[in-house]
Amino acid sequence: MNWLVVASGANGEPWWIALIKAAIVVNLVLFGFAYLTLIERKVMGRMQLRYGPNRAGPWGLMQPIADLVKLIRKESFFPAAAVDVLYIFSPFIAAFTALTTFSVIPWGPGWEIAGYQVNGYVADVPISLLLIFALGSLGVYGFIVGGWASDSKYSLLGSMRTCAQLVSYEVSLALSVLGVVLMAGSLSLVDVVAAQEQEVWYVIPQFVGFLVFILAGTAETARAPFDLPEAEQELVAGYHTEYGGMRFGLYSMSEYINLITLSGLAVTLFLGGWHGPWLPGPIWFLLKVFVLLFLFIWMRTTLPRLRYDQLMRFGWKVLLPVATVNAVITALLVVWI
Amino acid sequence: MQPFGTLKGFGVTFKHIFKKPITQQYPEYKRPVYPRFRGRHRLHRHANGLEKCVGCSLCAAACPADCIRVVAAENTAEHRVSAGERYARIYEINLSRCIFCGYCELACPFDAITLEAEFEISEYSRDDLIYTKDMLLAEPVKRMPVADRELYDSPIPVWKAES
Repeated sequence: MNWLVVASGANGEPWWIALIKAAIVVNLVLFGFAYLTLIERKVMGRMQLRYGPNRAGPWGLMQPIADLVKLIRKESFFPAAAVDVLYIFSPFIAAFTALTTFSVIPWGPGWEIAGYQVNGYVADVPISLLLIFALGSLGVYGFIVGGWASDSKYSLLGSMRTCAQLVSYEVSLALSVLGVVLMAGSLSLVDVVAAQEQEVWYVIPQFVGFLVFILAGTAETARAPFDLPEAEQELVAGYHTEYGGMRFGLYSMSEYINLITLSGLAVTLFLGGWHGPWLPGPIWFLLKVFVLLFLFIWMRTTLPRLRYDQLMRFGWKVLLPVATVNAVITALLVVWI
Repeated sequence: MQPFGTLKGFGVTFKHIFKKPITQQYPEYKRPVYPRFRGRHRLHRHANGLEKCVGCSLCAAACPADCIRVVAAENTAEHRVSAGERYARIYEINLSRCIFCGYCELACPFDAITLEAEFEISEYSRDDLIYTKDMLLAEPVKRMPVADRELYDSPIPVWKAES
């Protein structure tokens, strides 16, 4: 297991502790996903002068569990013309990549528990930022292949839109992060957080980068106002039109977990990670992530969906040049100052 | 101004979080139905206890959904059920077919059948939706709130009335 220890950058931490932490983090992320759906429905409801779900349990708190039971108990049918293997496995690809991505995001300073070193992250890969983008791009396969394999025109159109949108906005997303990487001088997220501790939160010097990151990230996770891949009025539901039951559940789970990961990444890169006064690290991390998630929900209720040509124009003609100029200027400033 | 307009929109949605939702929580709060609401049917009796229905089957003839079944029988001196010559021995309404148009109410020469306020008539079985004469004659178990008739039955239409 020595190679594993070295590869995960464990800094003197026994490998089995990383395993335990991985299990805890995965479950916490799943829990967060379940209640994010409830929070989203509640907040959106209040913004639209409704109550939101309030029937299952006190204040509707059991709603995610009710939804889960309902999804699991549904009959898992699929279209006769679907390509079976791909149809069944693509939700797993999407869910797997979404869940894996969270492992490199740091959420605490690291502790000494019962004589063992426990780090505040699951794995500190030297190229963690690249890993996140690579896994995000792999996750797109789950969406595209699933839409293609279900043999429906709506699914295919939805997956094509997803593909085009994710490819367009991934460029801006990566470029917006470049400024932070240049300032921190490292691709490791742990190092980025440490660098923000010494200097300032990178929102202040990299405000443009932060804006571009949030906008491109909204498009990346296909959230309103960039939710064209699943525009209900035109495409029934996008790439998961033919999916039902827990397979659909996995897709929706991977979307929400991508959103959580994106917020976690934004917190780590721009908002000082888990650093903050008085409260312990993980709590600060959760608080900041929650604020960003609220921002995404808020955006969803407020803004209407873009037209497809507007989306492409915004991505290529506004976001990409701004991100590029931001990266170049940051590079020049880093070199000369 | 474009960016500020968008920000104003964000302000509007945020303000609405703190307003009271306008939702009416249905099973706990039942909004009063209009006085002329056409819900479940009822058969009526005269003050002396005799049924108003004389088994003429005009309601069944008027029914566009063909959901009323009436079988009439003669009243005798020792067995008098209705005020007329005959009475409805069987009177059934299949509520799973009924479209609640109210034509039966209009067709009835004795005002024996009316459409009342009750609208919660879902059942687990279709058979349970066939209402017999006893069920239609009985006092309704559920009491639905009905809005004040004065509010609506006025010479001034409600949408013109100042309120």
